[in-house]
Formats: sequence, structure tokens, C-alpha cells
Amino acid sequence: MKHLLSAADLSRDEALQILDTAKQLSVATEQGVGKLPPLRGRTVVNLFYEDSTRTRISFEAAAKRLSADVINFSAVGSSISKGESLKDTALTLEAMGAHAVVIRHNSSGAPHRLANAGWISGGVVNAGDGTHEHPTQALLDAYTLRDHLRGGEGDLTGLNVTIVGDVLHSRVARSNILLLNTLGAKVRLVAPPTLLPYGVEDWDCEVSYDLDSSLDGSDAVMMLRVQRERMNAAYFPTSHEYSNRYGLNVTRMNRLSQNAVIMHPGPMNRGMEISADVADSNRSVIVEQVANGVSVRMAVLYLMLGGSESLK
Amino acid sequence: MTSYVIKDVSILDGKPTDILIRDGVIAEVGSGLKGDEVIDGTGCIALPGLVDLHTHLREPGREDAETILSGSRAAAKGGFTAVHAMANTDPVADTAGVVEQVWRLGKEAGLVDVRPVGAVTMGLEGTALAELGAMADSAAKVRVFSDDGKCVHDALLMRRALEYVKAFDGVVAQHAQEPRLTQGAQMNEGVLSGKLGLAGWPAVAEEAIIARDVLLAHHVGSRLHICHLSTAGSVEIIRWAKSRGINVTAEVTPHHLYFTDDVVESYDPIYKVNPPLRTAADVAAVRAGLADGTINIVATDHAPHPSEDKDCEWTAAAFGMTGLESALSVVYETMVVTGLLNWAGVADRMSVQPAQIGRVSDQGQPIAAGAPANLVIFDPRASELVEARKTVSASRNTPYAGRTLPGKVVATFYRGTPTVRNGELNV
Repeated sequence: MKHLLSAADLSRDEALQILDTAKQLSVATEQGVGKLPPLRGRTVVNLFYEDSTRTRISFEAAAKRLSADVINFSAVGSSISKGESLKDTALTLEAMGAHAVVIRHNSSGAPHRLANAGWISGGVVNAGDGTHEHPTQALLDAYTLRDHLRGGEGDLTGLNVTIVGDVLHSRVARSNILLLNTLGAKVRLVAPPTLLPYGVEDWDCEVSYDLDSSLDGSDAVMMLRVQRERMNAAYFPTSHEYSNRYGLNVTRMNRLSQNAVIMHPGPMNRGMEISADVADSNRSVIVEQVANGVSVRMAVLYLMLGGSESLK
Repeated sequence: MTSYVIKDVSILDGKPTDILIRDGVIAEVGSGLKGDEVIDGTGCIALPGLVDLHTHLREPGREDAETILSGSRAAAKGGFTAVHAMANTDPVADTAGVVEQVWRLGKEAGLVDVRPVGAVTMGLEGTALAELGAMADSAAKVRVFSDDGKCVHDALLMRRALEYVKAFDGVVAQHAQEPRLTQGAQMNEGVLSGKLGLAGWPAVAEEAIIARDVLLAHHVGSRLHICHLSTAGSVEIIRWAKSRGINVTAEVTPHHLYFTDDVVESYDPIYKVNPPLRTAADVAAVRAGLADGTINIVATDHAPHPSEDKDCEWTAAAFGMTGLESALSVVYETMVVTGLLNWAGVADRMSVQPAQIGRVSDQGQPIAAGAPANLVIFDPRASELVEARKTVSASRNTPYAGRTLPGKVVATFYRGTPTVRNGELNV
């Protein structure tokens, strides 16, 4: 794996290799062996053009646990905010000898440009680009689903995953749809028609405008963050109406099957797309998602930068 | 003045013959002609010099992207003998002073007729009419008015502009883009935009404005021109309007004849253009529309940008592609090789009709004795790998870089003087 730009880059076997590696790394971490050595001497740059506390910290923790040197390069307090172009920043990172660049950018496709424009020679990991993709989020979601519903092994064949909310602007949804399909799960999208992408009927998933009728048979419900600002662009009339029609509350949660889990990529708008009671319930695996994120990102960096060396 | 004879060249679809050029005019057409200098036209096609109704020359204001001189050179290289310089310069060409400056710089360059386009509204701001009459009456004799780059979206202002330019036989060239439907738009809205996470530019945003404007033109009895039409639906609306006798003309760009939106999958901003590249069905429809005359002309929308505006991430990049140097080869590949147009059709769409719409005298004339010697000699047997660094334009943003295009402009004559000879600029 040279780069990880899209969840579509991963075959079933490659995705399972990442999940299996993440499991091993998680076990090794839990056993308290401290830092693992495989990326000693490697430099990982976190290049973040958007505020993102959890994803940046997650990648930083992942790289450090594998003994990589980590450089955090964020839009605040660097030359990015002085208007330096992505190209010049990339050339700088190349000159500093970055082996991998983890990039979060508000422009869809920026990681593709970074990987393919000939500016740098290292690997590129897409940590979320615009409204395009967020493949490591999909991997950590798959890891979490597998852990809860498939005993931590194999793929996700037969699972029904319902993704609810602002699919139009969601990079999490795009990556999840791709990876869940690769791993054999069935995806259903639930959203008001205004928040579904044009042409969604050609996507490899079911689409519904009604949350209540979509809960039966769902093994997992993934709630997407809905920005209140969308209201002003006429995507929906009021946050109150959105919450009534598409929010996950206790009444709806109780209609889910016994084993179904509730997920959210964060950050949550409590009271908007998810009620606080649901977020904090024992059905919610939201905090686990965060923990699994570190393992999965360790696996990605390990396979990208040190895959030939033994883990032991 | 040196006389030139082009030997054994086919005028459009005709049999090989000789063309004698002397004192700025075509002196004679026939066999066995003699001149001071001889150009071998064997296997080549002679067309009237190409006329572009839609060119961005960037001067004044963005001389880092193009100047009137560099753009004139690119035009000559592509076989053009007249270009219309769009008004979105800095300052905007919205006064007699600016259009006269552009016109004068064009004359000084002396490689093609540079016909300034005047802005419809002051500062392209879409709120108040620019001094259209003053521009029409100026030395530049402006006849084409456009806010290109921006749509004249206010229906009342559009109506008034259509009416007002009747006084001097002008035409409003509309950049059809409903602004609210295209806020932040990056590419054609379709399955691919959803997948790539790039904000969509829906076909309806173009079609809704065209539908409104043909009805307005009909109501006030004015002529209307539609810039860079790009969708199958737009072709249908123009076809309907013409069937109703509405006085509307339309253009399509070479890149909308050539590319489909799937090239955007690379996220390479070289393919970022406004209106965006469309689907295969749209490309088929604009080709068919150009063939059957629904779309009147090809216009390049030559839009040079410095490399820093393309060597970046997609959403940060500028919209636009260069097109003057590649236009004839692209039309050859997409329309002639495919059997949709013959050479007479190419001459009509790239020279005769653009000159008529722009009210350009001395251009778009048949190649016959007595006509001004504006012509292009094209060798359809040649082919060339496009290399960005070799372009004559001051900018390198050609979307054809790395592709081989068929045919080559061997010579261009502008008012009897060869601006291109042996496939190279002669100036």
C-alpha cells in the first residue's frame, strides 16, 4: 500500500489485513509493552488544514506508539495561514524527509493531488478531504462493527448498516459505503432528499427518506453530524424539524434489535441528530470508535511504512 | 508587397488548385499561378481565416497570464485572423476608454483583428448597464457585449440590455449560469460529482437562463447569443427557439466537443472549466447540434491562467483552459473525422458565422478573387503531440497536453501577410 486515498483503494483482502493487523497491535498495546519499534527512524507528518482534534490526536498517538517521529503541521501558527500553497508546503515536507504525510484538507481531492502531482515521494494518508472521503474512519467503523457483531474476525457479510443524516456533505458516509460493500455488508442511507447527493440512486446502497421504517433489521445505525448552518441554506426548515424526523432518540433506539449498535463519527450535536440519552446509552459504541481509531491508524501506518518488518 | 502562391491546395472540399495572394487580397484562384514565394499546399485544406467570438486576452490587468500580443500570436498559430477579446479584464472593458485601449494594442500587435467585447454591466457587477452606446461609437466599434464569467442574471437588466443594443445592431452574449444554483460549484452535477465530493454545477442552471433569455429576446425582438453552451438540454432549447423564429445564436467550445467529465476523477485542475465538462450524452448532443446548425459556431473560450492557479488543489484552482492553438485540430477530430461536418461546415462554424455574429467585416469571406486574404492552410495528414511548454500562449494550461491531436496549421495569412509559415510563427 503506497497511499490510502480512498476506501475504494482497498480490496477485501487488504481491508481485512488492516483490520487483523489493527487487532494484533491493539492486543500488543493492551499487554502494556509500551512503544512498539517498527517505525523507528521514520517521519510521519500530520498536515492538517482543518481543525480536527480527534483525528489528529489519533494519528499522532498511532505514529508515536509505533516509534515514528511525528511532525504536526497545522493551519494555525504555520505558513499555511500566511497563504503558502499546498505545493510549497509539500515541497517543504519532502525536503524535511517525510516518509508519510497524513493530510486533512477542506478541498475534496487534495490528498490525490498531494500523492499524484509529483511534489512528494512519501506515502499519503487521507485523513478527510472536503466532502469526499475519510477512509481511516471507515476502517475504524468496520473494526468496531466486526468486534461487536462478528467476534472480531472475518468480514461483515450479512450485516445491515443504516447511515443517517447529511450524506451529501459527509466524507464519512462515502468511505463507509465503499468499505462496507467491500466487506459484504448492506448499506441503507436515510436522509431528507436535500441531504442526499445527486445521483445517489446509482450508488451501491438502499435509500430511504424515512428513519422510522428503516430501523427494523438494522444491525448498526450510524448517525452523521448535521451542521446547524445547513438550515440557512434551505436543506431543512429548522433544527427542531430535523431532529424530529431524523434524530435518534430513546423511542427510536428501543425499536432496534437487541444487538444493534449505535455509532457516530463525532463530533456530536447532542440534541440534534442524536439525543444525549442515546449517545450515553449502553448501545452506543461511540467511545470505542475513538479507541479503535488509534489501532486502525497504527495498522495503516505500519503496513504503509514498515510492512516488511516483523511486529514482534 | 510580396506575393504568395499556395500550390495544389484544396479550398474546403474542392479539388486541388492554386491561390495567389497579392496586396492583401486574394488576386486569383486557378491552376498554374505564379508568385514571389511559393507555399506547397499538397494534401492541405484552405479555409477562410478563423474568427473566435470568445477569447480571454487578459490585458489589461493580468499580463502574467496573457497579453494582447501573446494572445494574438497564439491565435495566429491556431489559424485565427480575428478574435473577440472578452471584457473581464482589470479594469473591466466597460468604457470607451478601455475598449479603445484593447483595440489599439491589437492593432499594434497586428497579427489578428482584435475586436473588443464590451461589458454589459458596469464592473460586471450585474446592477447597472455600462455605457454600451459609447463603446459602440468608439474607435473599437464594439458590437458584442458580454459579462462573460458572470451571468446577467437580473431578468430586467437582461431585457433592457437586449433592447438597448438594437440601436447599434449589437448583440448580448450571455454566460448562462443561474448563480444561486451554482454557488461553490466545481464540476458537472452528476453521479461523479457525488462520488468525488465536489459541489455540482447542474445542467438546469444553464438551461433555465437560456430558456428565460430566448423568451426575452423573442418578446423584445432582439438578437441574443449564448456563450459556451454545454448541455443536451440547452441544445434542445435553442432548437425549439429557432423553430419559433427567435433570433438566437449559440456557441460551443472545442473542449466541450472533446472531453467528458470523467477526466475530473484525476482531481487535476487542468480540467477545471466553467461551464464544466459534461457527460458523454451532452458531448454527443452538442456535436449533433453543431452539425445540424442548431449551434452556430465554435468559440474557444481561450482562458489562460498562470501555472500557480492550476498547480494546486482542485477547489483552489482557477476555471479555464487555453484553446486557440488547438481549436482547429480538436474540431477536425471531433467533427470532421467523425463525419459530422465537411470542411465547408468547419469554415461556416469557425469563420463565416462568427464573423457575421460579431459584425466583423473583411473576415469570414469565401476564398475567391477579390476577397481579403485572411486564410488558414491546414494539413489534415499531420498530427502532433501537444506539449504545454511549447505553447505560444503565455500560459500553459492546455488540457490536451500529453495527447496527440490530428492535423496541423501549416500557414495563416492575415490581410495578405503570412503570420504562420511551415507550421511556425512567422513573426
